[in-house]
Amino acid sequence: MLASLLFLPFLGSVIAACLPASAHRREAWLAGGIALVGLLMTGWLYLQVGADEVVRYQWQWLPAYGLDFTLRMDGLAWLFTALVQGIGLLVVLYARYYMSPEDPVPKFFSFLLAFMGSMLGVVLSGNLIQLVVFWELTSLTSFLLIGYWHHRIDARRGARMAFTVTAAGGLCLLVGVLLLGNIAGSYDLDAVLASADAVRAHDHYLAILVLVALGALTKSAQFPFHFWLPHAMAAPTPVSAYLHSATMVKAGVFLLMRLWPVLSGTPEWMWIIAGAGCITLLIGSFFAIFQDDIKGLLAYSTISHLGLITVLLGLGTPLGMVAAIFHTLNHAIFKASLFMAAGIIDHEAGTRDLKLLRGLYSALPFTATLAIVASASMAGVPLLNGFLSKEMFFAETVLFGGRGNWWLSIAALVMGIFAVVYSLRFIGVFVGKLPTDLPKQPHEPPHWMRFPVECLVFLCLLVGIAPSLSIGPLLHQAVTSVLGAQTPDYSLTIWHGFNLPFMMSLIALSGGILLYAVLRRYGDLANRGKVPLFHRINGAQLFDNTLQYLADLSEWLIRRLGTRRLQAQLLLIIVVMCGVVLTLIRLPSLPDSSALTSFNGLFALLWVIGGVCAISAAWLAKYHRLAALILVSGTGLVTCITFLWLSAPDLALTQLMVETVTTVLILLGLRWLPPRIKPSVPVRVPGVTVLRRSRDLIIAATAGTLLTVISYGVLMQPKVGSIADFFLLRSLSEGGGTNVVNVLLVDFRAFDTFGEITVLSIVALTVYALLRRFRPSPESIALPPQQTNSIDPAVKQSSALQADTGYLKIPAVYLRFLLPFMWMIAVYFFMRGHNLPGGGFVAGLIFTVAMIVQYMIGGTVWVESRLRLQPHKWIAWGLAVAALTGLGACLLGYPFLTSHTAHVTLPLLGEIHLPSAFMFDLGVFMVVVGTTMLILVALSHQSIRSHRVPGGGAPEPKAALSGGDR
Amino acid sequence: MELTIALGIGVLFGSGVWLVLRPRSFQVLTGLLLMSYAVNLFIFVMGGLWVDKPPLTLAEDVDPAAYTDPLPQALVLTAIVIGFATTALYLVLMIGSRGVTGTDHVDGQEPDQ
Repeated sequence: MLASLLFLPFLGSVIAACLPASAHRREAWLAGGIALVGLLMTGWLYLQVGADEVVRYQWQWLPAYGLDFTLRMDGLAWLFTALVQGIGLLVVLYARYYMSPEDPVPKFFSFLLAFMGSMLGVVLSGNLIQLVVFWELTSLTSFLLIGYWHHRIDARRGARMAFTVTAAGGLCLLVGVLLLGNIAGSYDLDAVLASADAVRAHDHYLAILVLVALGALTKSAQFPFHFWLPHAMAAPTPVSAYLHSATMVKAGVFLLMRLWPVLSGTPEWMWIIAGAGCITLLIGSFFAIFQDDIKGLLAYSTISHLGLITVLLGLGTPLGMVAAIFHTLNHAIFKASLFMAAGIIDHEAGTRDLKLLRGLYSALPFTATLAIVASASMAGVPLLNGFLSKEMFFAETVLFGGRGNWWLSIAALVMGIFAVVYSLRFIGVFVGKLPTDLPKQPHEPPHWMRFPVECLVFLCLLVGIAPSLSIGPLLHQAVTSVLGAQTPDYSLTIWHGFNLPFMMSLIALSGGILLYAVLRRYGDLANRGKVPLFHRINGAQLFDNTLQYLADLSEWLIRRLGTRRLQAQLLLIIVVMCGVVLTLIRLPSLPDSSALTSFNGLFALLWVIGGVCAISAAWLAKYHRLAALILVSGTGLVTCITFLWLSAPDLALTQLMVETVTTVLILLGLRWLPPRIKPSVPVRVPGVTVLRRSRDLIIAATAGTLLTVISYGVLMQPKVGSIADFFLLRSLSEGGGTNVVNVLLVDFRAFDTFGEITVLSIVALTVYALLRRFRPSPESIALPPQQTNSIDPAVKQSSALQADTGYLKIPAVYLRFLLPFMWMIAVYFFMRGHNLPGGGFVAGLIFTVAMIVQYMIGGTVWVESRLRLQPHKWIAWGLAVAALTGLGACLLGYPFLTSHTAHVTLPLLGEIHLPSAFMFDLGVFMVVVGTTMLILVALSHQSIRSHRVPGGGAPEPKAALSGGDR
Repeated sequence: MELTIALGIGVLFGSGVWLVLRPRSFQVLTGLLLMSYAVNLFIFVMGGLWVDKPPLTLAEDVDPAAYTDPLPQALVLTAIVIGFATTALYLVLMIGSRGVTGTDHVDGQEPDQ
């Protein structure tokens, strides 16, 4: 049930995202329905939670790391869950009327539901890592919601700021949590709570405290991170009511409550948490007085109330905890209703400017009454819920003051006075005469838009008048779940006698009214544009400047250290590679000459050829591309023979075939490169170039020498035991084949091969896609001079004609005759691959070569008019066959790609053993055929395609007749 | 033989590195080909040099000492095929870049002289 409670909003979010934009009622129903079901489920769960039971849900997440996905609902989590779901329901109802049909409403509800799920995840997490994950998710969804009207610059800026601040805090929190889990030995919340003493005594306690506090204070918009919250007001008002007053900003204080038993009770805790809270409370309430925007006023007041809660938690007394939880709840109720009322005013009057608005009571009597009651609660007027918790706060400060420090009480009193002033400022919009210059003529909103406000104000009154009956049991549950045996005696009555806290309340009320009157008369409150004294302290500006500075710095670094030149990058890579090897290399002990394989003259000669080919290729690659290509192929052949010599027949086969297709491939590409003719008169090479070449030569020589030394060193070491024996011994018995290399590829390491053929397919498709948009350079479009030679009679013939009657007639006859035999050879190599050299890779390449030869002899047009391979389909089917073979094992209950060998007896052929790896190899075969064919054919098509000259000339009547694919 | 193959690998790799540091795209392509030969051979010889001991366990009783190490072979086999694909990709980028920029310099523009 807990899991469904958590995942229902996420599911709803996905559904809402899929709904069409026109269906904004349906989305509201969906979101509302989910919140309602969630609320009912939460109510049902109270049966268990109310009986002092902790509801749990657990499943293994990363068991190897001791991490479980744990959901845990105790009294505190229940209270927050109910808050998230309840306010969520009301906000959805409100948003249904608030959002204009022009807005992309599905997106809104999708984000809102995702936020609801993330917030539930935070409060229900029983594992600290998991809590951080959901924590960051709330930051992310909040970012999306603030930036909902993303065409507005203030929305984008506010979203970015909120996200940067809260997500950075989340990262700090993650580090703190990791340290905490390290001390407790587990990330499980219960385990952490149980090791409270160990944590407080640990050396890292201060670090943990600071990191966790950074997380909590950023999230709850506490000084000095408070500046993001006013900017977050660019969000639609339902979002402000939900995230930025009732729920998300409460995540910070929720975390402090959650970890209160572990971290609190030390002087450090008190100074950091209560200190930040105290400053925030004063700054927030002071700034709130001088805001011109209703939402700005409410935002600063939210900051101040959050500061109040933080102070209560920072005091570290059990009674403070009671008051903190109680005030969290009360604040959520009255502040959400106030935001909704502000939204109604905005919606009806078309402005939120406090300088313009007045006299709205006559136009919106119901809304005005509700808003006045709610702001009275905010100001702390008796018989309303705000009064109760604020009086508890006063009592706490007095208790604290009893220990000799009255400053906190004074701060509390000042904040109380300021709270009355800004509440009056808000109420001020309803009194007086309705101005005529409002952007819209205000009317009462639809009843259902006002309904959520009515609900919340009713709750204000209910809790304010009969606290112990209404909220008492719930609060008690939450408090005991945090404090356990430490739960203090407290009474939730309205009248505690004529004591100091009550006096403070009275002073705050009367002082506030007085100050308001003074400010209105002498302070020009109504028209003041900025906050007195402190208007220079602008956290947001500081934040922006810092970001700008960092951006400039990174730009400067990129300019100084970065380059877009490839050569410099490659040089750096190679130099670093050589440098790392040089620092690590140790001269091996003298080679044991008995380990040497005897010197073989033929082998040495072979490598003399290989080396000469390589060096000459390096020499000629600039001016003689074809020669260089042939020389490189020579090196390839030497490599191939080496493989064969050194007991690797499979490698030799593969290398031979790849060598063939690579050469064809590069030949096809050569004609698109610019001609580069060696100047007949030697030009003077500038000194810089000489220097550069010498440097590169030294680097190349060093790299080559290093690789030689390493290879030789390794080869001279005595053989160590390797896992080779494992494969050799089990190849036949478990893989069902005697060719160990092939069994390795299709059985032991089949998953690796599967990944490899996937990469192969991706590369082939990329090549294909790139070639579809291929624009050759204008001077390469015309036929190359070799094909326009006036003496050669073949120039005027089409490729097909050359092959049918021209000079290619005899090779054509041979090669066409050979095609089926080449196919047969491919099949032969494929079939025997499991036991003898061969297999899917080799067979696929042979098949491709058979086809390519036909293309070469008859021309693209001729071949494709007779036999059209569809390489895309080969790739798709190959991957499908390989994947299905692997999944077949899953169906039978084995891990993915487990091979199974069946023995089939066929007439004539006798017994055939048919491992399932055979099917996998078939998939490999098809992918190899598909990819190589796709690449080569796509490239050869470039020559017969008509190319548009860049700059928009007429398509050139390109000689489709020519055998340009040769 | 060890010395021969080690020197061979070194020469191939050195030539490859030299070419990779050149400015023309075809030179880099050739260099990559040579480097991939060298690296494939390097990985391959890590299993040791064995003559006439292919990893085909056709005998009844398998004595692991009678066969070469099959693991590097399997790794190199896939590397060869992937090498073909990356060569193709580089080739297409090379000719595409030449078509778009009009030069075969690796940076897409001739260096300022």
